Parts: sequence; C-alpha cells; structure tokens
Amino acid sequence: MGSHGHFRARGRGRLGAVSSVYTEKLEFLTNYPAIPTYRVLDVEGAVIDESQDPKLDKATLARMYECMITLNTMDTILYDAQRQGRISFYMTSYGEEASHMGAAAALTNDDVIYGQYREAGVLMYRGFTLEEFMNQCYSNERDYGKGRQMPVHYGTAKFNFQTISSPLGTQLPHAAGSAYALKLEGKKACAVCFFGEGAASEGDFHAALNIAATTESPVIFICRNNGYAISTPAKEQYRGDGIASRGHGYGMDTIRVDGNDALAMYNAVKEARRIAVEESRPVLIEAMTYRVGHHSTSDDSSAYRSKQEVADWQKNHSPITRFRKYLEARGLWNEEQEQALRKDVRKRVLKAFSAAEKLKKPPVEDLFNDVYDEMPPHLAEQKAELVRLMKKYPEHYDASDYAASKSM
Amino acid sequence: MQGVNESRFIKNTREQALANPELAAVKNSETKKLNLYQAVNEALATALATDEKAVIFGEDVSFGGVFRCTMGLAEKFGKHRVFNTPLTEQGIAGFGIGVAAVGHTAIAEIQFADYVFPAFDQLVNEAAKYRYRSGNEFNVGGLTVRMPCMAVGHGAHYHSQSPEAYFAHTPGLKVVIPRSPIQTKGLLLAAIRDKNPVVFMEPKILYRAAVEQVPVDDYTLPLGKAEVIKEGKDLTVVGWGSQLYVLERAIAMAEKRMPGVSIELIDLRSILPWDIETVTKSVNKTGRLLIAHEAPQTGGFASEIATTVQEHCFLRLEAPIQRVCGWDTPFPLVFEKFYVPSAIRCFDAMERALKF
Repeated sequence: MGSHGHFRARGRGRLGAVSSVYTEKLEFLTNYPAIPTYRVLDVEGAVIDESQDPKLDKATLARMYECMITLNTMDTILYDAQRQGRISFYMTSYGEEASHMGAAAALTNDDVIYGQYREAGVLMYRGFTLEEFMNQCYSNERDYGKGRQMPVHYGTAKFNFQTISSPLGTQLPHAAGSAYALKLEGKKACAVCFFGEGAASEGDFHAALNIAATTESPVIFICRNNGYAISTPAKEQYRGDGIASRGHGYGMDTIRVDGNDALAMYNAVKEARRIAVEESRPVLIEAMTYRVGHHSTSDDSSAYRSKQEVADWQKNHSPITRFRKYLEARGLWNEEQEQALRKDVRKRVLKAFSAAEKLKKPPVEDLFNDVYDEMPPHLAEQKAELVRLMKKYPEHYDASDYAASKSM
Repeated sequence: MQGVNESRFIKNTREQALANPELAAVKNSETKKLNLYQAVNEALATALATDEKAVIFGEDVSFGGVFRCTMGLAEKFGKHRVFNTPLTEQGIAGFGIGVAAVGHTAIAEIQFADYVFPAFDQLVNEAAKYRYRSGNEFNVGGLTVRMPCMAVGHGAHYHSQSPEAYFAHTPGLKVVIPRSPIQTKGLLLAAIRDKNPVVFMEPKILYRAAVEQVPVDDYTLPLGKAEVIKEGKDLTVVGWGSQLYVLERAIAMAEKRMPGVSIELIDLRSILPWDIETVTKSVNKTGRLLIAHEAPQTGGFASEIATTVQEHCFLRLEAPIQRVCGWDTPFPLVFEKFYVPSAIRCFDAMERALKF
C-alpha cells in the first residue's frame, strides 16, 4: 500500500484493522473475485506451462504412481471385504489419489501429519505397508491401535502420522499446536493437516486457522474439497468462494489447487512447506477434487447424486489416468509396466489381506490398558471383575478369537 | 439386536398396543406396523403437520438422514421446513436455540450422540439456562435435539456412546430415551411439544430391529414418568433404551435359575427429570435394586439413582444396590462384548443381590 505513513496516521485508533483507510463512500463488498485453481497438467496429462513441471526424478514419480495404484487396489479389495462381512467398515479414497501422493511427495517424514480419515495414501507413501493397513482394518493383534477403533483409523508414531479420530475437524487445532511446538524446538519441519470441506464448517476449523495465524505456527492446512459431506453437496455447505477464500480472513497465505493434478499438488505443498518452515507462517491449500466412492460402506450415494455424475468424473477427471498419461508422454511408463504393476499389486494386497485375516484379535486385557499411562485402582478392580465373569461364564465370554492375555 | 423380536415388551398387535392405559386417548386409533426409525419419522411428520412453526434441520436430513428418520419430509413439507445444515453441531444447536427463542419449534438432529460435544456449550450454557437467566423473559422450550445413541455392535469409540449422564448434570434440560416404536412416537411428540429444551436420544440399534403396531393417531407419552414394564416382588431392575432387552433376557435367566423369584423391570424413559416416585415405590416393595446402563460406571446415571434410592429406601434395602455398566474405558471396537453390561453380567449381579 502506498503512502504508508499517511494512512497509518489516519488509521490510528483502529487497532483492529490497522491497514484500513477511511472512506466516505457507503459501499458493501459483495463481489469478490473467485480464487483461481492452480494446475500443472491439463485433463489429458499434458504440461500446460513447462516452467511449472517440477521435473521430479524417475524414482519419485514411479513411487507416486505405484502408490496411487496400490491405494486404489487396496480400496477395491477392502471395500468388497466389508461387503462380504469380513471387516466391519471401510472408506475408499477413489478419485482423490493425486491429492494424497502429490502432497506426500512434497513433505519429509519429519513433518507431522494430522489426517481426517480419507488420507490413507499419504501414510502409504510414507511407507506404511499393506500388512500394516490390513492389520488395522482387521483389528487384529498387530493393529497398532489394538483393535479399539473402527477400520481406517490408522496412526503410527513411526511415520509421524497421528492416529485418526472420527469426530470431524477436531484435528485442525491439534495441527496448529504441534506446529508451534516444532517451531519452539527449532525443527525444520511443519505440521500438515488434512480435512474435508464439510469439516471446515466445524467451529474447530475457524479456531485452528486463527490460532495458527496469530501464533505464526508452521502448519499447512490442506482441505480436500471433494464436493460432498456424506450427502450434503458443497453448495449447501457454504456460500463463499470455497474454503480458500477463508484464508484471507485469517491473514493466511492461501492457494487453490486442482486436487486431481498430482504435480500441482506437489508444487503447492512444496512451496507451502517452504513458507511454513522457512518463514514460520501457516498456509491454507484447497485441493479441488471429487469423492468418486460412497462416503463409507454405511452409505449409498445413489440416494443423493446421479450415477452419471460419478461416471463423468471417473471418465474425464481420473487423477490416476491423468498422471499416467504424463508419465507415458515422458517415456516413463507403458502398458506392459501397467499390467505388471496391477498384477503385482493385486497379488500383494490379497496376500496381506489373507495374512491379516488369519491373525487373532488383540488380547482382551487391552480393553483396560492405555486409558491412562498406568491403570488406576478402580479400573484394575473392573478388570478383575471381568476376569471373574469370564472364568465363571466361559460360554458367554468366548475369547478364542483373541490372543492370550498375559495378565488375565 | 438379540431378543428384540421375541421381547414381551414389543406390541405386535393393535390390541396389545392399545391396552396401555397411557394410550387411552387414542384407544380407537388404527395402528400400523412401524420400526423405530419409521416411528421417529411419523412423529416428525405429525409435528410438522400440527405445528406450522416447526422446522427440522441437521446434517444430511434433507435426503432422509443417515438413519432415514427424516425420509420424505422435505418433499412433503417443503425444503424451507426440512433442511440440511452445514456440518457444525455447535451451529445446529445454537441455530435451534435462536429459532426457539423467538417462539418457533426447532427439531434439530445431531448425526450421532458421539458428535454432540461441539454443541455442549450451546446446550449446557445456553439452552439449559435460557429461561432462568432471563427471569423467564425468554425461553427455548421449543427446542428438541435428537441424536442416535448407544452400542450397535461395531461402532467403536465414536458411534456407540451414551452421553445421557453429561446432560443429566444440567438443570434446565430434559433428557429422554425411548425403548420401542410406540414409545418413540409418543415420547418424541411430547418432547417436541414440551415447553423446555429436550435432548432426545434414540438407541440406533433399535431403528430397524424393533417393530410394533403403532397408533396412527396423534398421541404423546408423559415425560418424567417411568414405566413398570414387568412386575415382580424380589428385585427392582432399572434401565432405558436398548439395555431393557438385555435386562429382559437376564431376568428370564434369573427367574429360570432361581425358581420362585420374580423381578420387576422399570423403563426409566426420562433420565431428567427422572421418576423417583415409581422407582422408590418399587424398591420399597422389593428391597433390592439393580441399575444397568452402557455408559461408563463412574459418574454414570446409575450413581444418581443409587444415591437417591439409598436416601429414600435405606431401611428397606436388603442388599447393596447393584450397578452393571460399561467399564470406565472408551467404547472399544473389538472388545464390545466384554465391555457392555451384557445379559450374563446383569444376571450375575441379579443373583448377587438376590442371594446377599
């Protein structure tokens, strides 16, 4: 802004908006320009402006693509597994694979991730194995969460991926706090928080962005705007220019990205990370994408959207196809490799799947552990009561599917 | 849910349904077969049809809601009266308070009781105190907040909770939990028409499990009134919601294994205010009390009942009051059958009370 001194002098006394100038024109702001959507690839996977191609090395590109295919394959098999009653619940990431892998590739494993529940790809890219995914979904004795949460509630300290919690939006302020702590430690790392456009309606979203901005915390908020919160379309979720427009309100660096363009996601997250870590400022990214699958296995989206709408997205906007075309155009991929990869991935997923299915549930004693760091006396008493009941009524407390408890 | 279809508390015929003296006002009504979610839908449709100021809103209610409770209502009564809100429980509760504060009827849905906590401030600090703090200048009696609650078999931490005790600790709110379709229609209509804010918790495992012949006519059932659903002389058992069917099985076990024993079962129905008279009258008759709920034991509503009964019936008690509740842990996915106050646990406690 020009004539800073002049305007600042006139603005004295308005502590809440120090850059504002006085005007004698009665005018309500109504028409805000729509924030553009950054992209690198067109829908055919061609680079539009060569200067925007991040020119990632072959290994990184291959890993991104392989993870997309693996995620997609795992989703298909686990979704069907739920349908067959073999696991209790599942949520697919269909249509959002690029936003996962583009973001994940731009981060380091020191960056702390807070997911909502549809970011399995980020964890996969970090190295969480198919076995680890399956163990969680099967709630077996190797599930890090000890069988306590529903499927897809992954989490592991090993990859700095905080355990998923079902309530929406609660993770956003956590990410701001973790980011602040990283800054205090002097770590060259940031916190990264994923959430949907529906969750952005929760009070915690507003609380998180404001506290992150005022504390200058190195956090990247990544909204996956996939068009639907269960049945509620984005147009009933908010009336502004998406979620990105809110960044301005919190004084936050903001960008809207084509979430189905893995390279655009990569560039945006890479730069956001630089801003967060180097300049200690929070960043808001809105990734525009589409939830191709149902909300979850408890949902049938044909009750509120047309099958044609879904089919159009799948056909014309598949983030996987777009990325594959980019790789093919660069001679990094071909049909032969595609077939081989898909065959291999399917084999590996099914192998992990049947291995996880064979394992026992966690030991019953894990019902009482971890409520606190140490078990308080009242809980020890309740545990003893359950032991008594299980001994007295073994036919009512069949624990043969559970691993042996050491303490009961 | 095990035992619901065979339950003696489920009214399968019109005659059984209308034999209830509380339904005397509609004793000539036709009945129709409804499950619990359909009974909710029926009550909501009745509320909209009989009160032009009534509106229904919440996440995904427009297409019928994730449990189909609001199905067809937007089409029938208009999108201005049945509508989706953004995904914000505090917004839904606060919006409902505002609707009610100017004399309209707000029927809000929270998608799961587990997700009510962002709305806790609005319900506890605002809705509950609205009348009192204004010297009765204002009130939000027109507010009803519905939410599915209790265990469902695979809900884990966040699709299983029974947060009635948190709200029971809030003067100014009413808290109601129905057990069956007939009860649901009458209690929900009563909650909507009550002149106080009501938290209405629906045991979601019953939505499709329980089917009854529900009177077609408009009726209400009393809030603040428990119902003795099975008479007995040796032990009083108190529960609510889907736990009643667990207790029914436990009682059958106990009465079979201890010939001559008879056990009284009370559906508390209203958690706040609760029917002290019916419960204490029963305990003064039987001399023994067992309370069961899925929510964790410590600070659960059983504690309140036990204390009150101890005050009122001290000299009559013949055994320590038994509480059979969820353990003091979060609600765990794979350990659900070990966590819940199952029939065998309830039976064990019944035996303990009776043999004390």
